[in-house]
Amino acid sequence: MNNRNTILFIGGVFFGFGLAFGGMSKPEIVLSFLQLRDYGLILLMGAASAMAFVAINIVPKFMGEPALGGEFKPRTRAFNRNTVLGAIVFGVGWGMSGQCPGSALSSLGVGNIPVILGIGAMFAGAYVMGRFFG
Amino acid sequence: MFPLGIYPYIVGGLIIGVGVFFVYVMTGLHATQSSFFSTTISYFSNIPYFQRRTYLDTREWRLFFAAGVIIGALIYTLTISPDGFWITSVHWWRLLIGGFLVGFGTRLSSGCTSGHGISGVASLSTTSLYAVITFILVGIFTANAMQILGVAA
Repeated sequence: MNNRNTILFIGGVFFGFGLAFGGMSKPEIVLSFLQLRDYGLILLMGAASAMAFVAINIVPKFMGEPALGGEFKPRTRAFNRNTVLGAIVFGVGWGMSGQCPGSALSSLGVGNIPVILGIGAMFAGAYVMGRFFG
Repeated sequence: MFPLGIYPYIVGGLIIGVGVFFVYVMTGLHATQSSFFSTTISYFSNIPYFQRRTYLDTREWRLFFAAGVIIGALIYTLTISPDGFWITSVHWWRLLIGGFLVGFGTRLSSGCTSGHGISGVASLSTTSLYAVITFILVGIFTANAMQILGVAA
């Protein structure tokens, strides 16, 4: 386990703890947002984005490069048809299941055994996308 | 609007943010989730799509990151969770079919709730903003349509 992997593991522990603390490991809570009964998910996403905003836009003004080396680079992706088509397919799956990739992994950590089906299906979906549409 | 209060959401989001912040400041990497599926498939599939350089270069840390997410939720469950171990009542076929669409869609769109929703928006990426608006609106439509159609939870 090199330094970078250790950092990512620790970052993941915070990420998974925060998801579970905020209820996102429960598909029911995600669905209660999508059914417009509880707007909490927006608060959670906003709070996490605010921290990420500081890291991405402000910290680099004071630090030349990341502590372990490498470079600071905002996350950008080219916009194309697939951005929207993929987001539509994701939205349908999200609305059906109340799961997204991070929440499904954290759900495994709270002992929600049935989510193994969902995670397995996410692998299958990612495979089919890469195999036939990549 | 907030039947469970705002505290768990804001604190949970800030804890997630600490993880993202820490990873970025230490390594310059964006701690995002959905690429994990494609990069892990690269260990098993020789298809060129999965053997691309960026997947091979990132697949190891993505495994450590995913393991951390699972362990982090487990630590919550074993320490301060009011529920202890917990099982969903959402029907298995919704997890299965929905999960397939989530895997397919997030990879086609190059991002999910964390990649577009947290890191992309925080990077002021208009691509991510469009993606987030799209999947939230479609998710709201789908969840409500299923409820109206009386699909069993």
